[in-house]
Amino acid sequence: MLHLKNVEVIYDDVILVLKGLSLHVPEGKIVALLGSNGAGKSTTLKAISGLLHTEEGEVTDGTIEFQGQRIDGVAPEQIVRRGIFQVMEGRRVFEDLTVEENIVMGGYTRNDRAGLRRDTEMVYTYFPRLHERRKRLAGYLSGGEQQMLAISRALMARPKLILLDEPSLGLAPLLVKEIFGIVKRINDEEKTTFLLVEQNANLALSIAHHGYVMENGRIVLEGDAEKLRSNEDVKEFYMGGGAGKSYKNLKFYKRRKRWLS
Amino acid sequence: MEFFLQLLISGLVIGSIYALVGLGFVIIYKSSSILNFAQGEFLMLGAYVCVAIVGTHKVPFLAAFAITLCFSALLGVLMERLLLRPMIGEPVISVIMLTLGLSSVLKAVVQGIWGTDTRPYPEIFPTTPVMIGPLPVSQGYLYSVASVLVLLGLFSVFFKYSRAGIAMRATAFSQQVALSMGISVKHIFALAWSIAAVVSAVGGVLLGGIRGGVDGAFALFGLKVIPVVILGGLDSVLGAIVGGLVMGVLENLSGGYLDPLLGGGVKEVAPFIALVAILSIKPYGLFGKVKIERV
Repeated sequence: MLHLKNVEVIYDDVILVLKGLSLHVPEGKIVALLGSNGAGKSTTLKAISGLLHTEEGEVTDGTIEFQGQRIDGVAPEQIVRRGIFQVMEGRRVFEDLTVEENIVMGGYTRNDRAGLRRDTEMVYTYFPRLHERRKRLAGYLSGGEQQMLAISRALMARPKLILLDEPSLGLAPLLVKEIFGIVKRINDEEKTTFLLVEQNANLALSIAHHGYVMENGRIVLEGDAEKLRSNEDVKEFYMGGGAGKSYKNLKFYKRRKRWLS
Repeated sequence: MEFFLQLLISGLVIGSIYALVGLGFVIIYKSSSILNFAQGEFLMLGAYVCVAIVGTHKVPFLAAFAITLCFSALLGVLMERLLLRPMIGEPVISVIMLTLGLSSVLKAVVQGIWGTDTRPYPEIFPTTPVMIGPLPVSQGYLYSVASVLVLLGLFSVFFKYSRAGIAMRATAFSQQVALSMGISVKHIFALAWSIAAVVSAVGGVLLGGIRGGVDGAFALFGLKVIPVVILGGLDSVLGAIVGGLVMGVLENLSGGYLDPLLGGGVKEVAPFIALVAILSIKPYGLFGKVKIERV
């Protein structure tokens, strides 16, 4: 469904962030994109959604194809209309709009009233808490509720592919579990495809079908979620487990620390 | 007492036009955080265009008025296309400077075409005054206030309930997030500038009708509107309305009562004195939005 081939991204004309990245997201699946801070995960998502333009970034090489059509260079608002919706890192709800208005904005690109009404009801069934607070300003919601709202907005656009950037950021573990559960449910019930960027590798791989690991603007590892989960390196660096923890091995320890903190 | 009421009424009328121009200012600020210093020129241009159409082509006033509104809407779209789009991604302050330049250019264009003399306005409103209680009030005043109130009401509803209105508020919050919803920020800007130009033109025509003529001093309204909107809170439609009325009344009362005592000029300064006083108590203005901070 989504193919990235040798994508190169440069910020501000000088900073090379993605160095020939290739990945593939098959229809109807959840694909996890893992990696440490600064590996280029968010940049990858923004390159797909076109939001890179707003940050002085540019795809300078390679191709991004969605359903057989090139989308690199297409304006971000057009990409939404083609069926890709990015849920940005840090939730980014419209704080001085009410919950209801935020949800209306999610469906901005659609005009089928009946469908919109049905989908509004759908998101309120997924997230009953939002229904209770629908008249309140989104800025006053808790972090978890804002994340739910951000995902609801995405659902309202009825996208084929949702790019989900670190939904666990700054949330309590229990809430994170709830949100991941719902992502899984949406994938099962609505057949929406997800490309999920996460720091919490364990959790991400628990719902994903396939995973990629990024380091320094490149893919360094890929495979079935199951296989990645049992991979020793992934365990060691990205899950904080691994056999025979030894703090003598300072380099590994540091890398792990960087991951977990 | 009658003197006071006269001052009050003319203050409210001028205030309602302030409110209208303030509304245009607020709409642009709300959707793009740009302070538009050319707002007064939009008003002046609207007034001139209308009178020119009536005068040279012998078009009935209402038709000329409609054409003026279309012209203003188009002007707003052009502004977005020619001035704002190249400035996307540039600092807000640069765009604000640009509007300052624009105000000079528009003023020069108007003077170049129509000269600097006052141009008489056609009689738009019936001249027989209406008696409100013991007080004769010109019909022009009543028409102005009524049309301003209707417009302001319409826009409040537009912002609160329509999708385009909500999208404008969303864009004001964050252009990037708005883009990620599929909202075309360019269209929103064009819409905002069009609305601002149209409401200002309405203000200009009403003012021309009330004063019976139009000249370059109309552009000063843009300057007067700044204390109005800052007083009301830059991002509040309600604030623009209340701010406009308060300023209009304040200006007239201080002009009427203090000018003879102090030798004139108070009328011009009074709004700014009030502005400083109010801002030192309420830094966001009367109805301004306080930034939400979660704790």
